[in-house]
Amino acid sequence: MKKPGKKVILDSKGMERVLSRLTHEILEKNKGAEDLALVGIWSGGVPLSKFIQEKIRAIEGVEVPAGFVDITLYRDDLSRAGYQPRLKRTEIPFSIDEKKVILVDDVLFTGRTIRAAMDALIDFGRPKNIQLAVLIDRGHRELPIRADYVGRNVPTSRSETVDVMVQGGREEWKVVLNEAAPARGE
Amino acid sequence: MQWRRRHVLGLADFRVEEMEFVIDTARSMEEVLTRDIKKVPALRGKTAVNLFFEASTRTRTSFEIAGKRLSADVVNFSAATSSVTKGETLLDTARNIEAMKPNILVVRHPASGAPHFLSQHVSCSIINAGDGANEHPSQGLLDLYTILKAKGKVSGLKIAIIGDILHSRVVRSNLHSLGRMGAKLWLCGPSTLVPKEMERAGARVTYDMREAVRDADVVMMLRIQLERQKTAYFPSLREYSRMFGLSRAVFSLAKEDAVIMHPGPINRGVELSDDLADSAQSRILNQVESGVAVRMALLYLLAGGHDAAH
Repeated sequence: MKKPGKKVILDSKGMERVLSRLTHEILEKNKGAEDLALVGIWSGGVPLSKFIQEKIRAIEGVEVPAGFVDITLYRDDLSRAGYQPRLKRTEIPFSIDEKKVILVDDVLFTGRTIRAAMDALIDFGRPKNIQLAVLIDRGHRELPIRADYVGRNVPTSRSETVDVMVQGGREEWKVVLNEAAPARGE
Repeated sequence: MQWRRRHVLGLADFRVEEMEFVIDTARSMEEVLTRDIKKVPALRGKTAVNLFFEASTRTRTSFEIAGKRLSADVVNFSAATSSVTKGETLLDTARNIEAMKPNILVVRHPASGAPHFLSQHVSCSIINAGDGANEHPSQGLLDLYTILKAKGKVSGLKIAIIGDILHSRVVRSNLHSLGRMGAKLWLCGPSTLVPKEMERAGARVTYDMREAVRDADVVMMLRIQLERQKTAYFPSLREYSRMFGLSRAVFSLAKEDAVIMHPGPINRGVELSDDLADSAQSRILNQVESGVAVRMALLYLLAGGHDAAH
């Protein structure tokens, strides 16, 4: 057995490369940026969607509308948590009707967050379609959900955690895999 | 912080960070209210009962809409049409409703302390929607929220509250919410309706309307309860209106960007002149709007994992 520890899976340069590739894939599959809209899932998905928005501007020269969604009020475990989680902000300042909405999140895990985010989006309108872009797919799905664009597949055990650190400046961005921490029982 | 409270009975023991937590939650709720589909599934499967032993349309409706926006089932129980008129006690009524397994009881009662009493005898969460002359915590929070939205802060503001202070539960909750957030509170009205003891709660008391309004940032008018006239707290409505009604002339003493608030319902032409009630400075309808968001926040925070806890 390996000793538990932290492993940097992606540094800031690596993240930038991966997100650039994701952006190209999004543009390729949708044949450009027409009717695209980005919605980041609060909080990890928000800076990533901003990055993709900038990248699209650099490549295609267009400003794709971007917003973010907090899924707390759509969670399926609200009454099971010991206390009510603090609400964050939702801001989708454009109509998503007939848009191709790219939902952006940092880590795809059980899929429950994505289910909640899709329910939230549907309350805002009727998009043409919803596509999912994630930086890390760590497996262990509990719902039939898959991503259309995956930055990295990272095989993990359930007791491991993946931290996408995007709080500070871009040069500090990184993705860390916390290997099997025995204290964290699941 | 984490929300630990099971009941909201009054603001007397609310910490500043708890009030900020509610306001922060209300801000997120307000965004929901701007959507086309003004409903989220957060409280699906939860039941809130509005248990009102006193007439109220706006507070009850506000709680009802708040609950429904969160997908809770909301049931209204009003004393006028219930077994209370057949002689049932408060506790029996509450126990009967409790047996139907609601999660939250929203209680209004003419006796101070009734919600506190119930909270010791039933297992669901209780929100005080006004008890006698004691407290009206959701109003205290929505007033705080409304002022924060209008002014960006509360600390240091001069807030004049004018009218029947003696019987007002709104004032008592506001003393806690606005007072604890650092507002300079002035209370004003006829001396029969403004107990000098209120100064012990940290407010300034004056019987001179002009002194209260001068340089105020917020002027909050209270409804003069017409039914109180019988008890001769003041000689006549007309005299009351002349001395303590808010007119353009008096309001001009306040700061230029001052706003007017009123917990409703308004007696137009008595405590507040017609044109001021509808003026750009009036935040009265904003209070109603904030009320739904604040009540959504309270229902959301109380409906959380308490089931798991007991």
